[in-house]
Amino acid sequence: MNTQNKNGEVRIGFYICHCGMNIAGVVDCPSVAQYIAKLPGVVVSRDYKYMCSDPGQELIRQDIREHKLNRVVVASCSPSLHEHTFRNAVESGGLNPFYFQMVNIREHDSWVHTDRAQATAKARALARAAISRVRFHRALETTRAPINPDVLVVGGGISGIHAATTMANAGKKVFLVEREPSIGGQMAKFDKTFPTLDCAACILTPKMSAVRSHKNITLWTYSEVVKVEGYVGNYTVTVKRKPRYVNEDLCVGCLECIQACVFKEPKFADEFNMGLSKRKPIYIPFTQAVPPVVVIDPERCLQVRTGKCKKTCLEACADRQAIDFTQKEELVEIKVGNIIIATGFKLFDAKRIPQYGYGLYPNVITAIELERFVTSSGPTGGEIVMRDGHHPKSVGFILCVGSRDMKTNRWCSRTCCMHSMKLAQLVREHTDADVTVFYMDIRAPGKGYEEFYDKSLKEGIQFVRGRVAEVTDWAMAPEEEGKLVIRVEDTLAGFVRRVPVDMIVLATGMEPQADSQEVRRLFNMSCGSEGWFLEKHPKLAPVSTFTDGVFIAGCCQGPKDIPDSIAQAGAAAAEAMALIDKGYIEQEPNTAYIVEADCSGCKSCIPLCPYTAISLDDATQKAKINEALCKGCGTCVAACPSGSIRQNLFEDEEIFSEIEGVLSYV
Amino acid sequence: MKDALKYSYFPGCSLKGLGRSYEQSLLPVMRRLGVELVELDDWNCCGATAYMSVDEAQACVLAARNLAIAEKTGPRDLVTPCSACYLVLNKTKHNMADFPEINQTVQHALKSADLTYSGKVPVRHPLDVLINDVGLDVIKEKVVRPLKGLKVAPYYGCQIVRPYATFDDAWNPTTMDRLLTTLGAEVVPYPLKTKCCGGSLTGTVPEAGLRLTYILLKEAVRRGADVIATVCPLCQFNLDGYHDQIDRRWGPARIPTVYFTQLMGLAFGMTPEELGLKSNFVSMKPLPAESTTV
Repeated sequence: MNTQNKNGEVRIGFYICHCGMNIAGVVDCPSVAQYIAKLPGVVVSRDYKYMCSDPGQELIRQDIREHKLNRVVVASCSPSLHEHTFRNAVESGGLNPFYFQMVNIREHDSWVHTDRAQATAKARALARAAISRVRFHRALETTRAPINPDVLVVGGGISGIHAATTMANAGKKVFLVEREPSIGGQMAKFDKTFPTLDCAACILTPKMSAVRSHKNITLWTYSEVVKVEGYVGNYTVTVKRKPRYVNEDLCVGCLECIQACVFKEPKFADEFNMGLSKRKPIYIPFTQAVPPVVVIDPERCLQVRTGKCKKTCLEACADRQAIDFTQKEELVEIKVGNIIIATGFKLFDAKRIPQYGYGLYPNVITAIELERFVTSSGPTGGEIVMRDGHHPKSVGFILCVGSRDMKTNRWCSRTCCMHSMKLAQLVREHTDADVTVFYMDIRAPGKGYEEFYDKSLKEGIQFVRGRVAEVTDWAMAPEEEGKLVIRVEDTLAGFVRRVPVDMIVLATGMEPQADSQEVRRLFNMSCGSEGWFLEKHPKLAPVSTFTDGVFIAGCCQGPKDIPDSIAQAGAAAAEAMALIDKGYIEQEPNTAYIVEADCSGCKSCIPLCPYTAISLDDATQKAKINEALCKGCGTCVAACPSGSIRQNLFEDEEIFSEIEGVLSYV
Repeated sequence: MKDALKYSYFPGCSLKGLGRSYEQSLLPVMRRLGVELVELDDWNCCGATAYMSVDEAQACVLAARNLAIAEKTGPRDLVTPCSACYLVLNKTKHNMADFPEINQTVQHALKSADLTYSGKVPVRHPLDVLINDVGLDVIKEKVVRPLKGLKVAPYYGCQIVRPYATFDDAWNPTTMDRLLTTLGAEVVPYPLKTKCCGGSLTGTVPEAGLRLTYILLKEAVRRGADVIATVCPLCQFNLDGYHDQIDRRWGPARIPTVYFTQLMGLAFGMTPEELGLKSNFVSMKPLPAESTTV
């Protein structure tokens, strides 16, 4: 093997990391080090317990000084975890950081193999490939691109609201885009919040108003993101603004138009109240809606649908003229540097488990429906009533409906135990009903949550451990007549029970939004197999995604309660601001470049570039690559007919020598 | 009219014995709809659920012999009306596809009889064929005497929908509901439609089995049904055959239980005698327009 190249004598330092037993448990690290030591150009070859530790990094710096190393190879974990660490170590040792190459023998080797001899052989081959490649490495410089300091937040639930206000308070300009006519999300539907039982509206409404009044926040409700282009620091986003047929700036929320509507009585299912009440075609989503302006439902409004209406609403609003039937859908383009996705979740459809009788028996309701019943602003003014108007004498809660279930959703929705216990306490407060909770495990792991469980027990709420088999209306005993009967195996008592109750509450779990796949594609994110948006690292980068400058917060990443959603929203805001306040984006120098002498100016690369980074230089009639726009995807490199496009870090000789290195291992 | 529909037919033991009125009604009804059912040569007992619980691999061998004969007979779907046969044949098919060791045992046994089974023949239920191949529009054309005013509780039992919900929902199947509506009958809401009838427990552990049977009967009565329609010989037997014991234990819950094919036959203008309706313990009342008791 040639130990010389155009950069002079090559002096390689090789380090193999044990990663405790993560690698050393399967790979014989000392033997790999001994094998690599004999390869041409290798000056030092060591194995070490934790290369990423301070002493491990110091080892590299010391060897660079003492042995005059000019190349470094570390065989350890994935580059996505520690490439940055080792490049920094090499740089602080006095070398250009791109004289470094990393070999992944953990995720690609020790974690996926069990045979020690074969795993060790694989580690040798991979290490050898890096040794032969690193000889061709060149000194490269990272480039910097300016960052647009404005931020887009998608979703106006509690997570989006918190992220937006956090950044706006720090002086950043924030666009908050919400699909529904009002912000507030799911939390706006809650009466009280666990474990403190403080009023949800009292803590949410001020935050919602703050969004509207904040000079740094542009709030667009009834709007959706339809297109995203660009990259971290420089995104161009197109937002579709649906017509609400009401001028938000002119409407003061007096609601006189609703009174005046030609529909004398509310007729259509009110979405906010889960269809438990009715609304008119012109309506306000809920009392504390932000913006506090009315909206016209285009599917229901006679004027919008047929153009033939007396338009009594217009008359009622004659002074302000806020109602505007000429509004059209608008597409607005904005430029932002970072995006925070907080699009939330959807509730499991209880009809998917027909055994529980939702939709069949009127007094089987979901937890969120009960939430609306207990709220004083809800459809019953805070009264818990059955469909026949009577108060229930007994209420059963069924947990894990659409959660922890191989037939529907496997995951734990994390909030339903606490949510159900909260509702159970509220039922006890509002009625004299007996309450029984049917559970598999009570999961109350948050601060003050176990204490809340204790409180539920003390308040006389019964707990029966067992997954409910079915809800029936057939009686086998006089006390069951006219009741709903819960059939369940009580796994603590060890027998099957039949528990007659008046009302059943299903604690439906959380699911990814129905359009999560489209949203994922729109923002170039990944989804786990369940459909939740995937974080970059489950522990170390919980709000980052694999796309730089796109962050996730709240339930779109997985089920969580309000405190956790707020924590994530704050973290996402901080991550975005860390990028903004740095002022620039450091770009990996893996960009493509043109070897002008070979370029024939055929232009075949230009349309292929997904980032429009290539153009034809008018003067030279050769292709020209804008380094700031190039993302290093390599498409043009592969496509160039004359081979005149090359790419830093992926030079032909680097790749071919790497392949040779793997193949020459015996 | 569509092209002639031709299927292999596995009746199973019940349809030649206790459940013969099922076959007696199924065959002429299918004939009228242009469906040809060709009975397999030399078929054997499917093993039912009992053998499966004793030795799954050997039970699969027994059932697979029928599948192999069907495959040899021709590239036709295999129709089997009995719920136990339907479940066992499907389970065997799945087991052979999913578990190489079972497949090996079965293939080895089949080989000794010069048979082989590659998994090609689909096993189908008559309800599936009626709804998806024949079609409700064709069935409607054949109705000469709509079952107006007849309130029917559609009872599917557990075996044709679980665990292999191939043509209908596992918990809330509707194919028979739609079929009965097409015949002009009124389908009463019957949320117990896929509950267990007690199966063989009615004979072995009657206190458990009969209780399940009783629940089905009394709820059908309570919900205003005139008759229970079933797809399974064992369900029919349990629901029809134990009324004296049920009377003694819980009080009367008398309601006739008939095969859905018998109701089809009535709607097609056939007589109760032709359809084997005389062999029930609890007799069906005459249809509103009829003068004689069936």
